[in-house]
Amino acid sequence: MILVVDMNSLKNPFGFSEFVLPIVAVAEELEKCDVKHYLEVDERNLNICDKIILSGSALKNTVTLDQTERFAWLKDCGKPVLGICAGMQTAGLVFGGRLVECREIGMTEITTSKANPLFSSAFKVYALHNYAVVPSSKCEVLAESAECVHATKHKQKNIYGVLFHPEVRNKEVIQRFIQAF
Amino acid sequence: MRLGVLFSGGKDSTLALHKAAKKGKVVCLITLVSENKESYMFHTPNIGVTGLQAEAMGLPLIKKATKGKPEEELKDLEAAIAQAIKDFEIEGVVTGAVESVYQAARIQQICNRLGIWCFNPLWKRNQKGLLEEIVAEGFNAIVSGVFAYPLDKTWLGKQIDDDMITKLVALSGEYGLSPSGEGGEIETTVLDAPLFKKRIEVLKSKAEAKGNSGVFRIKQARLAENDSCC
Repeated sequence: MILVVDMNSLKNPFGFSEFVLPIVAVAEELEKCDVKHYLEVDERNLNICDKIILSGSALKNTVTLDQTERFAWLKDCGKPVLGICAGMQTAGLVFGGRLVECREIGMTEITTSKANPLFSSAFKVYALHNYAVVPSSKCEVLAESAECVHATKHKQKNIYGVLFHPEVRNKEVIQRFIQAF
Repeated sequence: MRLGVLFSGGKDSTLALHKAAKKGKVVCLITLVSENKESYMFHTPNIGVTGLQAEAMGLPLIKKATKGKPEEELKDLEAAIAQAIKDFEIEGVVTGAVESVYQAARIQQICNRLGIWCFNPLWKRNQKGLLEEIVAEGFNAIVSGVFAYPLDKTWLGKQIDDDMITKLVALSGEYGLSPSGEGGEIETTVLDAPLFKKRIEVLKSKAEAKGNSGVFRIKQARLAENDSCC
């Protein structure tokens, strides 16, 4: 069971269909999903899942970046996590990273800088963000574009973050995360 | 939230509008009329019918002409959206984008510059599911353009129904067509939908086709009482 966490503001009427359902469509080809809004995640949800995917959100939606205390569970849930865009930014802040302005909207190329189970070499991705995260020393950089860090991993935990949207292009990244853990 | 919908008069933008109206307040439609038949952004047959469609729904329409040159047409779109912000105080734009990263990214960039939300309620939807939803919701959407083998003149002007969906899905398996025309294989025009207070009645039309490329041109149309209404 995969817990897919909806990172969209409740003010966004279409965040669920635009940023969560496409992830679920890819993930459910391999494993059953349970979807919860980030405000609804509780101990029971965390206990019954095997892995967790944090969704992205709309460009104007930065609500989770101001509520990192709600994601303290990332520190000790013990489950593999894939944070996508807002999910990566939020997880990065939880582990001491720093938010920087970085605007990329559309297809962009990123280059893998460290071998990992999710992707390799240089490839094109769909980006939709106004901010990126400079990771703390607790995390390592896995890939970068010409503008900013695009993928990270926690050094001790299986907590991955990708700034690009693999549910739009590069669905295999989500599939490899599911199959790897 | 006050919303403006990018509206071509086809099935996707009309379905996006249908969904937007359920969750927000749609206050205007925005249409770009491109002179460039090759435009990736805006070209569609029967774009001239959007005025009647807007009237049928009782919604104001911001209609802008564009020469359709790649970068200029984006400036024209930005000007139209800026006008919608000024005249109708929209806080967000809704599009019918399903698969096109090219279109979606450019509209996202414009909305980001203008400081408003950009919503894509059909984004990455299963294409067969989209067609089924259009039929289930009671849309009368006709095929107004075909642009790929083995589609031909016989498809033009036909209403999308369950039989057509079955055929399109079969062709997608056999020839790799996108069932709902996401690759530009099919264009559609909506003549009636749940938000239409009146339906579009086509009085004069002409199907023009050469091999596997053709359009169903609506030459004269009017609003007629909607049989299912009231």
